[in-house]
Amino acid sequence: MTAGHPVELESLFGDYPLDQAFDEMRAPNGEVRPQYRALAETLAGLPADELQRRKQSVDLAFLTQGITFTVYGRDEGTERIFPYDLLPRLVTAQEWDRIERGLTQRITALNLFLRDVYSDAKILNDKVIPRDLVYSCRHYRRQMRGLQVPRNVYIAVVGSDLLRLNNGEFVVLEDNLRVPSGVSYMLTNRRVMKRTFPQLFSSYGVRPIEHYPQVLLATLRSLAPEGRPEPNIVLLTPGVFNSAYFEHTYLARQMGIDLVEGRDLVTHDNIVYMRTTDGLKRVDVIYRRVDDDFSDPLVFRTDSSLGCSGLFNAYRAGNVTVANAFGTGLADDKAIYAFVPDMIRYYLNEDPNLPNVKTYLLSEAKERQHVLANLDKLVVKAVGESGGYGMLIGPQSTARQREEFARQIEANPRNYIAQPTLDFSRAPCLVDDRLEPRHVDLRPYILFGDKVNIVPGGLTRVALEKGSLVVNSSQGGGSKDTWVLE
Amino acid sequence: MLSRVADSLYWMSRYLERAENTVRLLDVTMGLMLDTNNANDETRWQRMVAALGRPTKLAWSGSLQEMSRKLIFYQVDASSITFCISAARENARQVREEISSEQWQRLNRLYHHIHSPNAEAQFRSSVSEMLASVVDGIHLFKGTTDTTMIHGQGWQFIRLGRYLERAYATATLLEVFQPELFQQSAEERTGHLYLELVGLLRCCTSFEAYCQVYTADLSPDRILEFLLFNRDFPHAICYCVEGAREAIEAIQQSGGRRAPGELSAAVGKLHSMLIFTTIGEIIAGESAEFLHNIRAQCLHIHDLIYRYYVHYSIQSALSA
Repeated sequence: MTAGHPVELESLFGDYPLDQAFDEMRAPNGEVRPQYRALAETLAGLPADELQRRKQSVDLAFLTQGITFTVYGRDEGTERIFPYDLLPRLVTAQEWDRIERGLTQRITALNLFLRDVYSDAKILNDKVIPRDLVYSCRHYRRQMRGLQVPRNVYIAVVGSDLLRLNNGEFVVLEDNLRVPSGVSYMLTNRRVMKRTFPQLFSSYGVRPIEHYPQVLLATLRSLAPEGRPEPNIVLLTPGVFNSAYFEHTYLARQMGIDLVEGRDLVTHDNIVYMRTTDGLKRVDVIYRRVDDDFSDPLVFRTDSSLGCSGLFNAYRAGNVTVANAFGTGLADDKAIYAFVPDMIRYYLNEDPNLPNVKTYLLSEAKERQHVLANLDKLVVKAVGESGGYGMLIGPQSTARQREEFARQIEANPRNYIAQPTLDFSRAPCLVDDRLEPRHVDLRPYILFGDKVNIVPGGLTRVALEKGSLVVNSSQGGGSKDTWVLE
Repeated sequence: MLSRVADSLYWMSRYLERAENTVRLLDVTMGLMLDTNNANDETRWQRMVAALGRPTKLAWSGSLQEMSRKLIFYQVDASSITFCISAARENARQVREEISSEQWQRLNRLYHHIHSPNAEAQFRSSVSEMLASVVDGIHLFKGTTDTTMIHGQGWQFIRLGRYLERAYATATLLEVFQPELFQQSAEERTGHLYLELVGLLRCCTSFEAYCQVYTADLSPDRILEFLLFNRDFPHAICYCVEGAREAIEAIQQSGGRRAPGELSAAVGKLHSMLIFTTIGEIIAGESAEFLHNIRAQCLHIHDLIYRYYVHYSIQSALSA
């Protein structure tokens, strides 16, 4: 194979650079990795402009299907399709097995942690996690103390971000325990790929992910309040102006449930109803895609008009299930993240299957000194942010940005953590008519009802800018379909 | 069905019907302007704008090309075709999970078409072709709606919106045209009148249908009779009211819990009025008043739909 690359493949790769970073498709010596060989052969067999042609037909399909996100601050009608790369990212069965075991273990521990912190707080009493770190977290919700949540499940829907380091091992970069998004892109990417490379797809034996909506529905159903055998399940969206609105409509349609906005809901005697043309109809389970802060103006932010007044009291009374529970953002705080391996040992008495990234807590004086002295080598992140905001990437920063961050860290050390700048894996992407390496991560979606359930795959996010390390879609990232092989 | 969803489906349908109506009126008006000297252009334009039944900021500038461009593309004006299609799509986007993917794609294609440079180019080479392509898009959407969507409550709200909008639009059209058509004596009617009458019928795509019923012998009385009372032609007011009535009945049957007698009574009353009035009575009396009355009743029905299905008070729903 190596000696006899068809000419086309050579020209496709061009001067594709390989260095110490892990390349998903090619070994350091330039050889195509075994699982990618069939893909490489298919690419080599295509006429010169065929890839571009298929790409355009996919783009058009995305546009007419309205799989777009709105670019804010432009004229009405400025909608962009979600950037998308045509080449799949492959994950072997062994790799997936490890990821699946690691995530199951991790999510179980995180859920136990939330339950513990909002009830007896044993882990704090045993001094495994510093008490002040938990109670100073912006996403800690005092209102959740002592509240019994259905089946003790706080985090029904989770998306964890994984990176692959130079040694080929996966590590967890962060967990998204509030309202993780992107699963609709995982599902539409797959549909598009099946149409674009039908033969290749069937020859690979890819494990299916299409049942995700059914599993999500079953998960939500399993969390329904007692005595509601035919629960009315709804998806609560902030509305059409939310950038993930496409996903909300997509999931509601795929599950066959109503998509509601805060203004569709009313509470009366601690029961939540929705306004229908037949009158008021009781709501039993809410799959919530609205942040804690905006969910109930009586309990959380009073200036929010997106939520439903009285929702939290109905929840406390046990008359409605809300998934995810309130206050779960505590466990994806980036400072708490540093303690997840300790949680796993504490609650499960096991060693973590998936390692964390080395994290410096800036509230600790010693670690803070070290970080401040090495700002140009490290990545600094605000603990409560997501979506790639509030971040300093040391090696790519200016002296002025570093000064600014140093000042902010000194002012509020609890609000920041630092991590080494990671050299994470890259995968080939179609750029013009050649392949170029781009940084990728992997976000599998985990569902937790009766048990932990992970559909084999996830969203591979791509930093489309050359050399960029930021994969978030709000910052110009794109995505790839992820094929988990049998 | 969620009240908000019903509301969006209803308005999606009304906006599309409105866009189609605007396209036809514009097309017919431009055709008529070809046949007569330009002196009447401004009057014709004003009459057409009045027949749209909505306030518009489009003051006559003297150039038909410029005016029609605005009426088609000018997004800021609520009467423009682009505005109506965008509004229909925006409503559809808010109930994306309720309509079929095929419907959404059809509507989305139409939306992207009218916003694309192609539409502008098409407009420059042939306005009629451009307008025809918009009507095609709307017809395809309607067909897709009927063949791919569950014929449940949502579909009934779509029908309700379509028929109410159309009944209202036809009544407005007749009201605007009737002074010219019916208040002229026989000797004042010239050869141009024939063109005007054909134009009026074509505004409702009813020329051929009229000919099948009454032959090509055009008379104002018969045209009025046809567009008011015909029970088989989809653009006649009586047909539309009958459709709206059926839709309301179906909505009440599928829900059951909220079946307001007041709404049935209002639509039933309008329907009976259209069935039992004869054209002779109208010609003898005040035809303008009769038409105006139809419009008022349509507005009343719209208000009742809102009061019972969309903006009802919680207290009324809890005690029900």
